[in-house]
This record gives sequence, C-alpha cells and structure tokens, in this order.
Amino acid sequence: MTTERPLTGSMKLNGEPLDIREYEKAGGYQAFRKALGSMTPAEIQSVVKDSGLRGRGGAGFPTGQKWSFMPAVDTVPGPRYLIANADEMEPGTFKDRVLIEGNPHQLIEGIIISAYALQVDRAYIFLRCDYRRGAMRLLRALEEAYAANYAGKNILGSGFTLDIRLHVSAGRYICGEETALLNALEGRRPVPRAKPPHPQTCGLWGRPTVINNTETFCNIPHIVDKGAAWFKGLGLTEGGTKIYTASGRVKRPGAWELPLGTPLRDLLNEHAGGMADGYSFRAVIPGGASTDFLLEEHLDVNMDFTAPQKFGSRLGTGGLIVLDDRTCPVGLVSNLIHFFSRESCGWCTPCREGLPWVAKTLQAIEDGEGRPEDIGILEGHTRLLGPGNTFCFLAPGAMEPLQSALTYFRDDFERHIREKRCPWR
Amino acid sequence: MLTEEEKTEIMSAIRHHESGRAACVDVLKIVQRHRGWVSDEIHDIAGLLDMTTEEVDGLATFYSFIFRKPVGKHMILICDSVCCWTMGYEVMREHLTARLGIRPGETTGDGQFTLLPVSCLGLCDAAPAMIIGDEVFGNLTTEKIDAILERYAD
Repeated sequence: MTTERPLTGSMKLNGEPLDIREYEKAGGYQAFRKALGSMTPAEIQSVVKDSGLRGRGGAGFPTGQKWSFMPAVDTVPGPRYLIANADEMEPGTFKDRVLIEGNPHQLIEGIIISAYALQVDRAYIFLRCDYRRGAMRLLRALEEAYAANYAGKNILGSGFTLDIRLHVSAGRYICGEETALLNALEGRRPVPRAKPPHPQTCGLWGRPTVINNTETFCNIPHIVDKGAAWFKGLGLTEGGTKIYTASGRVKRPGAWELPLGTPLRDLLNEHAGGMADGYSFRAVIPGGASTDFLLEEHLDVNMDFTAPQKFGSRLGTGGLIVLDDRTCPVGLVSNLIHFFSRESCGWCTPCREGLPWVAKTLQAIEDGEGRPEDIGILEGHTRLLGPGNTFCFLAPGAMEPLQSALTYFRDDFERHIREKRCPWR
Repeated sequence: MLTEEEKTEIMSAIRHHESGRAACVDVLKIVQRHRGWVSDEIHDIAGLLDMTTEEVDGLATFYSFIFRKPVGKHMILICDSVCCWTMGYEVMREHLTARLGIRPGETTGDGQFTLLPVSCLGLCDAAPAMIIGDEVFGNLTTEKIDAILERYAD
C-alpha cells in the first residue's frame, strides 16, 4: 500500500524548493482559489473543525477549536493577527525546517486560507534565525505570491486583503512559547505572558490573534481541497499524517511523512533503518526533548496524541531522539537540562533558579562527584519544577525526560555515584 | 555615532514596522551587520526607536545572536544539544579549540574566528553540525573540520 503524503509528496528529491509554477503544477493554490472563490470563512472554519486537525507544534490542541475562540470580526472590529510559529528550537526537532525548505509555498497557502477563514489582514511568519536557507526561500516565495496577487491588496479581486511578513528572530528557545513570541514581535523582552487572557482575544498589541505551528498550517490547504473525511482517513489511529523525524545512532536519521499513529517500532526499524552497526537500542525520547523516555517494551505504541500517554510520554513534536547502549543516559539527560537551563528566560523563580541547580547536580553525578542524596534532590525538583509551579511549560517540559530517566536508568545514576565516575568514559 | 548609512537603514526598518519598538530586533541586526557586533551606539539606537537605552540593551543581551562584545570575522556556531552531543560534539569541540587555540566563547588573536557552542540548530539528522555564516556543515568529522577551516583562512 502506498501511503498518501500530501505535505511532502510533491517535494523534490534534490532538496531544492518548489517555485510557484512548480507548486501550482503539483496542485498548489487550488485550495486557495476554492476557498476565496466559493467558500465563506465560516465554511472553512467548519471543515477544519470537522477534520479534527490537532496542532502539530507539540501540545496538540484542536486547531478548529483554537480558531473558534477568536471573536467574530463584527463583534470586535479592528486589527487582528495570524502568526505562523516557525521558531522551531526543540532539541531533536527539525520537521518545520524540512517543510519550509522543501515547499515554502505550502506554508504560505495555508496562511492565506487561514487568514481568510479568520478574516485577518496581517500575518507573520516567526522564523528562528538559524534557518537561513528557510528564510531565503520564504522571502522568495513571498515575492512570488505577492507578484501573483495571492497576497497583498484585494487578492484576485476577491476584496480580501492580506499582508504577510517574515520576522526572523535572533535566537532564544522561549520565543517559541506563543505568548513570549507575541512579546518578541512587539519588541518587548520575550518572556511569557499570563493566560488568560488568551491570544485569541488579547494577543499581539492586545488584539485578537491566532498562533499555529508551521506543520499545522501546511495541512490546511489539503483539508480545504480534499475535505474532512479524506483527512481523517489519512491517519492510522487519528486524523492526518505527521512528519516524524529520528536522530541519534540509527542507520538512517531523517524525516518521514507517515500516517498519524504509526507505531514507534516501525519508525525506528523500518524508516530509520534500525540501530547503526555496533550500537544497541536502549531507549527513545519520542517527541523532542520535552517528552518522557520510552523503552523497548513500549515500542508497539501508536505515535498519536493519546496512546503514548499510557506510558507516561507524549507525541510532542514527533522528533525521536534515540539513546544507544554506548551513550551515557546520565550524560544525555545532563545535556538536555543544560539546554533548558541556558534557555530559561529567567522570568519565574522556579525555572530560573531550579534548572541551573538541577543542571549542576546532574553534571556533578556525571563527573563522579555525586552524593547518594542527589537522586532524591533531583526527584524533588521534578515536582518543584513540574506543572502548576512555573509560569510556562519550559521547566515542566524539561522535567519530563529527567523523571523517566530517574525511573528507567536508576541503576546508572546509582552506579555513577557509587563508582565516583561515569562508566561510559 | 551611527553612520548615515546605518541611520538610513534603521529609519527604513522602522517605517516597515508598527512602531520603533517592534523594529528593535531588526535594527540591532542592521547595526551588527555593519559592525560585526552591537557597540555602545545602543544609546543612539534607543533614541531612534523611542525606547530607553536599558530596554534596548535588555533585548540585545537577551537574544543569543545579538553580540554586545566584538566577535571574530567568522562565527563558528557549533551545536551542543542532545543529538549532536550523542554523535560526537565533544570531540568536534575539542578539535576546534585545539586547532584554533581558543576556548569556547573566545576569538582567535587574528580576529578571524569566534567559537560559540549554541543550542540545537535543527540539524539533528546531520549531527554533529555547525554553521559558519550562511553555510551549514553536517556529519562533521575532525578531517572535515580541518578542510572547512582551510577554506575560511585567508
């Protein structure tokens, strides 16, 4: 059976992006014409809601529902905004890079249709600054879209006007948190905002704003073009496809568009080609750095929005990070926490003070200077920095791989402390 | 003092944004493009953006890739996050520090290279990886690093 790959099927094998002509030849901008030509904004919102599309950025919030919280234009007149979150910085995650570099027009078409559905006339693409190739390709694609009057004033005579701008950030993980992202766009220090109010009612410059992930937007044209039932049929256990990626000591690190719910074992063995020669599988972080480890016994889990929760983990970004038998699990977790500690924005105390403390403790254990009581201290921090105690999800996310590591690799932690060294070094 | 050229570019950036404040990151990048880093002209920048110097500096120091100290002609951004670490980041870093004679965060005496370990670059399928300027280098080996440094040495 050949799997349908709406998001990546038309991408070129040589890695070059589709230009506007090639994209249209492959069916691009058909959904856009259909939407603006024959559908009302409410009809588009309704098909997106019916499709059951869930946000692809990590949290998995239903997109149609998110959109529905934005007040109608006649109840709240004035500026309203749409933002594509392309600030992809979760370690082990590069799906949005693949989508942007391979087919920038698909993202732009998704933005235009969504903006029309939400009656927004200003959209931003918030891109991380290290994706320089992506920035160049998006700028070129935006020029082409404007030249074709798919964006800009009175699009194809429809009376609908949309300005799309590319904001290239300057490097901080926290900017991917949607309210920090709003502050970043306003030129304020990018720390998260208190919720409520939610961005849909009070977002950019206090105006109604919807923020969706890049991969989420890329799904919109296909849903509008082929319908909700088709979209639902794409997945194995839940609707749509997912861009899964794998990295670490596997034979073929990479990105694959597969039915949502593809078993973890298939991702690892079939698509990533199994472990590299000389390495054995130990565990996997299945959805970017902020998710809990899964073990061999969990590999039959369907990688969708619900199934991994049975084993205490999450789909997250769908970015698999593989831990092999020749890599120290304590060192790996120490590296993860070092990242989160460095990227903490410093706004709330548990995260600002707690993460460096955890990082220091882990490094001490890795360096052979750990004390037996350190394991309890680390466990305590997984609760202190857990959900409900911090301003945003950065620190609770950081605690996910740590808490499962303390359970699954307990012996390794204890051995470091007992032998006063890292057994892998 | 900002140069006339910088000022012209800054004013143009401000016009493209909702406010001076909203243009701040772009403006800092303009100055950095001209000077390699953001010098204490930050006072003048603040005036043009209708912000306080402290607000502008607060942003400049918050972002990882706005530099408030002089850096080398070529920034070597080497990813130190989980996938690159698993695939040999430490060996690559040691090789770079030995070759360049500097520690992470430092600039070579001739001002050519600054070595900066950075957060995940999203190049996890090509780990270990680094970026110099607009160029991306993946699946690094010590031999590859030698060849890359040769190319950049002038």
